[in-house]
Order: sequence, then C-alpha cells, then structure tokens
Amino acid sequence: MKKLAIVCCAVSLVFAFSLSCQAETLELLTWEGYAPKELMDKFEKETGITVKPTYSNNEEIIAKLRATRGAGFDLAQPSQDRISSVQVKYKLYQPIDYSKVDAAQIVPSMLEAVKKNTMVGDKSYAVPHVYGTSGLIVNRKYAPEASDYKDLLNPAYKGRISYRLKRPTLIGIAYSMKQDPFVLYANPKGYEKLMERVGEKLIEGKGLVKNYWTNGDALLQSMRSEEVFVAMAWDNGGWKMHAENPDIDFVAPKSGALGWIDTFTIPAKAKNVEAAYKWINFMMKPENAAVFTNKEKYATASAGAIDYYDADVKANFQRSFSKADIDNIKWYPPVPAKLESIEGLILDKVKAAN
Amino acid sequence: MNAARARITLPFLIFVTPVLMWLFLLIVLPHIDLLLMSFRIEDDAGATVWSLVNYLNFFDEPVYWRTFTRTAVYAILTTMITFAVSLPVAFYITKVVSPRFSGFLSLLLLMPFWVSELVRVYGWMILLRESGVINHFLLKAGLLQRPVEMLYNDVTMVMGLVYTSMLFMVVPLISVLESLDDSLIEAAYDLGGNVFSIVTRIIIPHAMPGIVSGGIVVFMLTLGNYLTPNLIGGKNSLWFTEQIYNQFIASFNWNQGAAFGFLLLILSSSIIWIGLKLTRQKLSQVVQ
Repeated sequence: MKKLAIVCCAVSLVFAFSLSCQAETLELLTWEGYAPKELMDKFEKETGITVKPTYSNNEEIIAKLRATRGAGFDLAQPSQDRISSVQVKYKLYQPIDYSKVDAAQIVPSMLEAVKKNTMVGDKSYAVPHVYGTSGLIVNRKYAPEASDYKDLLNPAYKGRISYRLKRPTLIGIAYSMKQDPFVLYANPKGYEKLMERVGEKLIEGKGLVKNYWTNGDALLQSMRSEEVFVAMAWDNGGWKMHAENPDIDFVAPKSGALGWIDTFTIPAKAKNVEAAYKWINFMMKPENAAVFTNKEKYATASAGAIDYYDADVKANFQRSFSKADIDNIKWYPPVPAKLESIEGLILDKVKAAN
Repeated sequence: MNAARARITLPFLIFVTPVLMWLFLLIVLPHIDLLLMSFRIEDDAGATVWSLVNYLNFFDEPVYWRTFTRTAVYAILTTMITFAVSLPVAFYITKVVSPRFSGFLSLLLLMPFWVSELVRVYGWMILLRESGVINHFLLKAGLLQRPVEMLYNDVTMVMGLVYTSMLFMVVPLISVLESLDDSLIEAAYDLGGNVFSIVTRIIIPHAMPGIVSGGIVVFMLTLGNYLTPNLIGGKNSLWFTEQIYNQFIASFNWNQGAAFGFLLLILSSSIIWIGLKLTRQKLSQVVQ
C-alpha cells in the first residue's frame, strides 16, 4: 500500500512539474494558412511565446467555443459577420480592449466597419485581420465564357463544376437570380422563400456538379489536374493557381464577388490574453503582414503592408478586379440568428437529392 | 472476515473508482445532458421550452427520414456484401492454407488498419479519381478512350465501406471456423454433398454466432461511419451521421442534433434486435 502511495505521489509530482515547466503558449483557433510557420517562429523568437494553431472554419470555430463556453483558446479568427448574433446568444467572446491594439497599423475604415458590425451593447468584439472575396476560379482554356455564379449551373460545363455546400454558395446563386439576400436578412420569411428557390436551382443543377468540395487544397488539386473548369472559391486559391497555370484565374462574378473579413476575437475564458494582443499587433505589423500576404495571396487590414508586397500580388488584384468589380463587392452584413437553420435544411435537401 | 474485506476493499476501490468515474462523467452524464437537450426547443422569443418538436421533425421533414432509411439500407447491404466476401477469406485462412501461413495471412489482413481510416480513404481516392492511377493505366493500355470518374457514386462508396469493415467480419469468422471439425466436411463429401449444401448446411449453421457478432459490428460501424460516405460517396450520399454533424456544426441546432442522435441509437438498436430475432440468436451468446 505504501509503495502505491509513493508511486502515486511521484507520478503527480512529475506531472505538476512538467506542467509548470511548459513555456508560455498561445492557443490560436484559426484557418488553414493564417499562421505561417515563418511568422510563428519569428514571434517565438521575439516574445518567447509558442503559438499552437488549430485549423478550422467559421462553423467549427463557433461550435468548438460553444462546447467549452469560450475556453481552451486564447485567440480565435471567425468572420466579422458571424460574431454579434453568436455573442448575444452564447457569450463566447470578451470585449476587445482597443487601447491594447496598435490602431495605427490598421486601415482605419476597416477597423471602424468591424467595430460597428461586431458591436453588442456598447462594446465591440473584433479586430480585422484578413479580407478577401468569394467568386469563381475558372480555367479559361475550357470555360472562356464563365463569368457569373450562373455558370455553376451551366450545362456547358457538365461534370466540370465544383462548389462548397455552404452558405456563400446559396448567397452567390441568389445574387445571380437578381435578388438581394442581404436585404432579406431582416425578413426571415422572405429569406426562407428565396433560399427555397435557390435550393431548387441547385437540385436542378446537381447533375452538372462534379463534387461539393470541402477542402481547399483538394479543390486546387482538381483544378490543377484539369478535372474541374469552373469552381466557386476564395480569390487567393485562383491566384495561387494562376502562378502555376496561366489559364486558370480568379474571376470576380458579374453579380458581385462576396466580400468577407476574418477577424481576431478573444474567447471569453482565454487564459493568455496578453499573448493574444501581442500576436494581433505582431501580425498587423506591415512587414509581417506582407510576409503572410506574399505567401498566401490574401490581403490584410494592415496599413502600409502594401509597400512590402511582391509585384505579382499587386498584379493579381488588378487583373481580377476592375474599378466596377470593386464597387460591386457585396460585403457580408452580420448574420442574424435563425438564418443558419433555414440554410442548413436547404443544404441538406440539396445534398440528399438525387 | 474484517481482514478479508480490508484486503479486497481498498485496492478494489482504487481500481474501480476511475472506471466508474469515467463511465459516469464522460458517458452517462453527457448523454443525460443530450437527452434533456433533445426535448427542448427555442421558441420565437428565444426562450427554451420543453417540446417533442425535434423528434416530430424527423417524421415531418421527408429529407430526414429518407436519409435515415437510405443509410440503414446501405448499411445492411454493406453488411451482407462484407459477409459474402469475408466467408471465403476466413475459410481459406482457417481450413485451406497450411497452419504456418494462416497467422501471416491474418497479419496481412490487419496491416491496412495500422494507418488511419482517413489515410486509407484518401488512398482509394488517389486510385479512383479521374486523373488517378487506375484511369492512367486503363488509358495507357488502350482500354479507355477518355478517363472515367469512378469516385462519387454509390457503388464505389459501398466498396469503400466493405473494405473498411472487412476485418471486423473476418476475425469473428476465423475464430468460429477454427472450432469446426474438418471431419464433418469430409463426411459430407463422402455422403455425396456438394459445395453449396456443405456451405449452407454445415459451415453457415456452425458459424452463425460469429456471423451475427461480425454482422452487428459491421452494421454499427457502417451506420456510424462519416468519412467514407462523405469523401468517396461525394455529392449524392447524405449519410445520417452527416446530418447530425450538420445540425450541431452548421445550423447550431444542438437540440435537433441530439434528437437525431438518440433516434439513430434507438432505430439502429431495433434493427439489430430484429436481426437477432430473425436469426434466432441471443445477444449474450453472440458477444462472447
């Protein structure tokens, strides 16, 4: 018995010791590619804090934080439109102390927009980080005419079409039907009707789709091997492909690319809040933001980073977006509660249809 | 008496407490929470109230029960095909090949399970995709004019599911067939039996407990599979587990997801119960 007790003590001592010896860490809940190795190493060298990234998407970020009521992560990166309604309902985040954020590094208009869109009560919950658009990635050699979300349902490209079965697709198709889903956000009944029509369209066009992609790298692989000619995806994917194969490029759809801003938010029960602010300020520093942009092709809200961009990054944007295209970008307004379950049912119906 | 009790009690308590805690805290408690959750809904004002709506939705909305029926039918089909494929394999390993190799062959069966299911599924995808290995060879050999997409249909999906679950059928079959006396088969041949009558009247009746236990495992694994239908089945294959995932993750409707989870538990248990009744097996014998 004594032996057992001694062993137990020893084990618990070792355990406690190993815990206390661990270096300071930052648990980061983010998207694939948002924490390049190069920058994590640099951050560790400057501050001694090890970044531990977990890769996810909007839905999973919310679900993970909801399961732990905002614990387990020090910093999360949901899109700005998915914060306020979730915050009202589940209280996942803590207000941002903007005095700790180096605002001079951030494009002022974007900071103001994100503050406004993530406001709950009189407090705001996010700092902008990365922004970009959803639109079409097209292989010009095989689909020279593809220019709008409509072409995701175009029989000319039968079996060569791919998109995600997620809300951006529903919204893109709705815009191509000359509707404005964002205006209907305030009117759930009307929104449901519109989404049902969109669902019918998608079911009709189901025979034309090769697959519903779920993983960005897998989609790029099928674009690369020329299995897919027209896909709905994020702009940076198209630009990455363009560097490999000049036939493939990102196209801003005629009815408007969908603009999103991914943010920094601090979960309610974050342990290392100081490190979170340090990471935010580190990532927004122009030279660091440019390292990220040159690698991932995503633009950031960092002011002044543009001076450090590679020439091809600037060229990408000018090639895909005319002045009119930029004015036509539809920025996501905050999503009200309840819309998700309307969309969920439609998406299930599309996937189950034969 | 006292001494005996003391000898048993303390170590016994030390070892049994973690098990009970684990069962209670990590399995019973969350399930009670989910069960309560499945009977609650959010009304229009945003308050949570008790209701059966989550369960009624399953029957009201055709997409839900159709998905479940589809999943169950495919799981039963997969179980049958797995059995048909596994029986000859198990028979070969136990009866035909020399005992020196049977261990080696079982090891070969086990080998693919040393890597995760995700990796195996991606392996199949590399083989079968339009720009994949098999298409490449068929094109080179002149058998095909243009590449064919072999992924994203039900046949490939069932094949993937059979592959994933074959081991769980072969292992119980090997263990029951080992106890089958070879002389019974020899005697049947002497008395003029053919292969068909030997399989149906000697091997299958003898192997029944193994078949049923393998069948239960394969059925449950297939019904609860998420990766294979999603990745190989692609666009047409909404599996019921995916619907639960969607309710939890995409729609943030945990109450509905919990209700679906319990419906899956109840419906799959009753399918197994019917299966046991039909084959006249007892669960206690089968799980041994």
